[in-house]
Amino acid sequence: MIKLQLPQKEIAGVSLNNHMLLAAGVLGTTASSLNRMLENGAGGVVTKSIGPVPIPGHHGPALLPVDGGLMNAMGLPNPSEKFPEEIASLTGKPVVVSIFGGTPEDFGKVASWFPDAQAFELNLSCPHAEGYGASIGVNPRVVKECTEIVKSYGKPVWVKLTPNVTDIKVIGCAAEEGGADAIVAINTVKAMRISTELRRPILGNKFGGLSGKAVFPIAVRTVYDLYEAVDIPIIGCGGIDCADNVLEMMMAGASAVEIGSAVYDNFNVFSDIEAELYAEDGIPAEEIVGCAHD
Amino acid sequence: MTESALPQIVTLTKVIDESPSIKTFIFDKVFDIRPGQFCMVWIPGVDEIPMAFSAANSITVMKVGDATASLFELKEGDKIGIRGPFGNGFHPEGKTLAIAGGIGVTPLFTLAATGEVDTFILGARTKTELIFADELEKVTDLKIATDDGTFGYHGFVTGIMDQLDISEYDSICVCGPEMMMYGILKRLEEKDLAGRGQFSMHRYMKCAIGVCGSCCMDPNGYRVCKDGPVFSGEILLTGELGQHHRGPSGRRE
Repeated sequence: MIKLQLPQKEIAGVSLNNHMLLAAGVLGTTASSLNRMLENGAGGVVTKSIGPVPIPGHHGPALLPVDGGLMNAMGLPNPSEKFPEEIASLTGKPVVVSIFGGTPEDFGKVASWFPDAQAFELNLSCPHAEGYGASIGVNPRVVKECTEIVKSYGKPVWVKLTPNVTDIKVIGCAAEEGGADAIVAINTVKAMRISTELRRPILGNKFGGLSGKAVFPIAVRTVYDLYEAVDIPIIGCGGIDCADNVLEMMMAGASAVEIGSAVYDNFNVFSDIEAELYAEDGIPAEEIVGCAHD
Repeated sequence: MTESALPQIVTLTKVIDESPSIKTFIFDKVFDIRPGQFCMVWIPGVDEIPMAFSAANSITVMKVGDATASLFELKEGDKIGIRGPFGNGFHPEGKTLAIAGGIGVTPLFTLAATGEVDTFILGARTKTELIFADELEKVTDLKIATDDGTFGYHGFVTGIMDQLDISEYDSICVCGPEMMMYGILKRLEEKDLAGRGQFSMHRYMKCAIGVCGSCCMDPNGYRVCKDGPVFSGEILLTGELGQHHRGPSGRRE
């Protein structure tokens, strides 16, 4: 297997300890859990998505293991303007703050609360929160406006996209035009399970999003498509759970990756991959990023 | 690779009124549980909430909010979903003391039922809220406290604890209201016995499988659902027990 060198410079404006970040929505509600993941090998962490008002989230069941992945409809629970205080102890560490809103103005308002963020990740892709996330992330004009307004705070802006669109390249280009420093792909894929005994959907919100191993091929294809459409770095996300998956995602075009659902089967996924992926005589990751393209 | 772990649909075979605000729901499936483990109870159309097993085929529930109120309306023959068992459970060694307050008796009752508890201190606000006392009497040396003095010792469980030589016990298993557990931990700390304490924590929980982060505790980020719910007193000494917790939005309360 190919061995890599640790990042020698910033990736999409952020100094990462390795090429793997904890994905948004996983163990990201408290500074203590984010810090635990940093200590456990994550090269950076993305926080739980923070919005303009506190939200308790959808009723349960809200997150369930299904064959090959996790299905969730958490409903963007978040403490809103209390969160800067929550993560104050992480200042200086590679923490990307995920934010969401219903309008570009909402995004700007939330961004203004985080003067210490290393970067922002715009959640324009959560598939199960009405009026937020993918509800507005399917509109290229709105994606561009949200990117522009957050970009005005002078920090790197990563835009996380939903795969639940006809052509993700159009949305990726809109983010790039708005000044995005990176595209993050993908968020979860719309999903549902039904209890045959109760004859009703199992999730409290009826439908949700699928993450984990089952979506990895979808994520690889999406990153591959985006790599041909945009010139900014792509952060690959979706079903990665081993070192070879990281390499594959890089070959599709990702400069770094995010890992989330894999912590369910292996809490030490970051340190395990780190041990396998890197070597002192490894090659720079840049040598393989996008190498699967003609 | 991740395998499907959807709720198992069970049928209620019996609903027992334990007190005006506590009911036991017995169902038609038996789960392989360790005392102190919990499940996620899906009340269809309402919500899913964490609940300790009170036996391999039952939960015992106190009516505290909307979801438990909906559960209280269910009758024999109705169906609910159960995910689990989850968490680590109690692992006492040697001579064991259990201290339970209110509905916190549930997981410790299952521990006592296996014969692993030598002395059991059971506390409740008032006599009518004392549950499982008859069964506990048969399997352990039971001592009872009520806040209002309507039965047993007049006061809190810590009052009875102060009358015992705690150093005689190798394990002290605790479940009950946060401030009760905090008071017990402080007493153990004073005697340098915090490491003998096993405390069953409760925190707002959504996924129960260690992923969503709703139940993480300060300062180490331990997940109550997956790393717990039972933690050594030594771990809790420097933590948030008795100080703060987080609500559904993640906001400190």
